[in-house]
Amino acid sequence: MDILYKVFIDPFVQMGMAPDLLVQTLWDGLVGGVLYALIALGFVLIFKASGVFNFAQGIMVVFAALTLVGLHEHGVPAFVALGLTVVVMFVLAFGVERLVLRPLVNQSDIILFMATFGITYFLIGFGQLVFGGNPKVMIAQQLYLPSGAIEFKGLGGFVSLQKIDIAAVIIASVMVAVLAVFFQRTRIGRALRAVADSHQAALSVGISLEQIWVIVWFAAGIVALATGIMWGARSEVSFSLQIIALKALPVLILGGLTSIPGAIVGGLIIGISEKLGEFYWGPLLGGGIESWFAYVIALGFLVFRPQGLFGERLIERI
Amino acid sequence: MLYREAGQYKTNYAADMAVFPILQDRIGMAVILLVAFIVFPLVCTDFMLNAVLIPFLIFSLAAIGLNLLTGYTGLLSLGTGGFMGVGAYACLKLTTFFPDVDIIVWIIASGFFSAAIGVLFGLPSLRIKGFYLAVATLAAQFFLEWCFIRVPWLFNNSVSGAIEVPLRTLMGIPVTGPTATSLTRYLVVLSIVVAMTWVASNIVHGRIGRMWMSVRDMDLAAELIGIRLLRAKLLAFAVSSFYCGVAGAMMVFLWYGGAEADVFAIDQSFLVLFMVIIGGLGTLIGSFFGAALIYILPIALRAVPATFGLPIRPAAAEQLTFVIVGALIILFLVMEPNGLARLWQIGKQKLRVWPFPY
Repeated sequence: MDILYKVFIDPFVQMGMAPDLLVQTLWDGLVGGVLYALIALGFVLIFKASGVFNFAQGIMVVFAALTLVGLHEHGVPAFVALGLTVVVMFVLAFGVERLVLRPLVNQSDIILFMATFGITYFLIGFGQLVFGGNPKVMIAQQLYLPSGAIEFKGLGGFVSLQKIDIAAVIIASVMVAVLAVFFQRTRIGRALRAVADSHQAALSVGISLEQIWVIVWFAAGIVALATGIMWGARSEVSFSLQIIALKALPVLILGGLTSIPGAIVGGLIIGISEKLGEFYWGPLLGGGIESWFAYVIALGFLVFRPQGLFGERLIERI
Repeated sequence: MLYREAGQYKTNYAADMAVFPILQDRIGMAVILLVAFIVFPLVCTDFMLNAVLIPFLIFSLAAIGLNLLTGYTGLLSLGTGGFMGVGAYACLKLTTFFPDVDIIVWIIASGFFSAAIGVLFGLPSLRIKGFYLAVATLAAQFFLEWCFIRVPWLFNNSVSGAIEVPLRTLMGIPVTGPTATSLTRYLVVLSIVVAMTWVASNIVHGRIGRMWMSVRDMDLAAELIGIRLLRAKLLAFAVSSFYCGVAGAMMVFLWYGGAEADVFAIDQSFLVLFMVIIGGLGTLIGSFFGAALIYILPIALRAVPATFGLPIRPAAAEQLTFVIVGALIILFLVMEPNGLARLWQIGKQKLRVWPFPY
C-alpha cells in the first residue's frame, strides 16, 4: 500500500502543495520539448521526402553550431559567420545528395540508414579535425540573443524563466510556421509533398528528385543550425550534444515519422512528461530515469497506435 | 583453377542441401579451423591474441546474434549492447552464487537470462515494425543501461560500480581473472564461438531459419501460410539475445577482465549493427567479415601513420580515423549494398567459371 501511495498519490499532493515548482517543471519540460521537437522536425523533413531515417541529424546540429562558433573565433563577424554557416550547410546537403543518396537510390531503408551512420562518423571526425574537440561557448550575445532570467512572484513562491528559453520557444514557433507555409503554399513545397507521397509518381510528373533531396537536406541543415544555436546557448557547443538526437527519437515515433505536427506535439508530450516523471516519480526509482523514461512513454503509445499519433495509417497488402 | 566443382555429383537430397556442397569449401573450412586452433596459438603474440583475435571472435558472435534477428527475421534492433550487458551481469551473479561450478557453464547459461529479457522487450515487435521497432528496442537499451548503473546488487555492491572478474579455473587451469593467460582465453573463446556458429548454421538452414526468413520477406504472407508470428518473432528475439548475452559474458570475463556499465552503452549496439550490415544481412559468414572490418580497420588505420613515421598528433590520427571509417562505410555501401558476404559470393562465382567471364 505504501508503494501505491508513493506512486499514485504522493506526487500529486506535492504538485498541489507547491504550484510554483510545478509551473517551473512544466516550463522546463516545455522548453526541452520544443527543442526536441526541432530536432525531430529535421528528421521528419528528410524522412518524408526521401524515406531516409537520418541518424546524422544530431551531428548536423553539432556541426552547424561548431561551424558558426569556429568561424567567429577566426575573426569573422557574427552575422557573416551565420551566413557562411548556411552556405556550409548547403554544401553539406549537396555533397550528401551527390555522394550518398544518388548512388544509393532505390536501396532498402536499412542500407540508407546505415549510410547516414557513415555521414555521422565522417562529420564527427571532420568537425573535430577542423574546429578541435573542445567544448565552445555559443556566441549568443553577438547574435543578439537575450540572456538572464525573468522571475515571477506568486503561486506561493517564484518562477524563473530564462530569457534564452523564451527566445527559443519563439524562434522555434516561427520556424515551424515558416516551414508549414513553405510546405503548403509554395511551388517547391508542393513538389516536396508530392515526392513524399510517391517517388515514382513525382518523377513521372517531372519533379526532379535530386533537386528535392538537396532542398530537404538543406532545410534540415537550417533546422539543425537553429537547434544548435539554441542548445549551444543553453549549455555549450560540444560533441556530447549529438546524443540529444537520441532523445529526439522517442519524440519522432510518438508523433509519427512522417508528420510535422506529430513532431511538435510529440516533442511537447515527451519534454513535459520527462521532466514531470524525473521530478516527481524519479526519486522513487533512485533518480536518473530521464534517460529511458521518454522511450517507455513512446513505447506505451506505440502499442496502441503502431504508426505514432499522427503517422500515416499502415495499410498492408499482399 | 582449383575451385571447381566438376565431377562432384550429388546423389541424394541431403548432399545437395549441405551447408558446404563443394569439396573445396569443406577443405577450406578445415584449413581455417586448423589455423585458428593450432597455428594461431603457436605463432601469435599475446598482443595479437588479446587485442585482435579475442575481440574479433567475440564481436563476430554478437554480430551473428544480431544477424539472426535483423538479417534473418527482419527485425531491426538497437538493444544489442543492453542484451550483451544482461549476459555479462547474469554471468557475474551466477558465478558469485555458485563459485564451484565451471565458468564455461555459466557463460553459456547467462545467455538464457539474456534471452528472457530479449523476449520481454521483443513483445512489442508484434505490433510495431521497421524503424518504429528500432526505436522501441532503444527503450530496452537505455533501461538496461540504467539498471546496470543504478542497481548495486547487479555488480555485487562493488565500490567502483564495475564488474570485477574473479579467478575461475577449468580443470585446474585459470580461465578467467588476472592470472589466466591470453592463450587459454583465446582457446575458450574460439571453442565457444565455433560451437555456437555451428548451432546457428543449423538453425538458419532448418525449419526455424526458413520460418524466420519468410517472416522477414513478408510477415503478413507468412502468417497466412500458417506461421505463428508471435512465436517466430519471439523465438528470434530469444535466440538472438542468447547469442548476444554469451558474447557479452565472454567480453567481460574473457577479454576485458572487468568492466563498467558504459561498455554496454548504445555505441556498442551501433557497432554490432555496423558489422551486420557491412558484413551482409542474412549471412553468417558476413558477420565474421563485418566484425573483422569494423573492429580491425580502426586499429590498422591507427597503426598506419606510426609505421610510415608520419608526424601526426595522436588526436588528429583519431579524428582522421573517424573521417576515413565514415567515408569507407559509405563507399562500401555504394559499391556493394548487400555487404561483404555478397562480394565473397561474387568472387567465388568468378573463380568457378575462370578463365571465362561467365
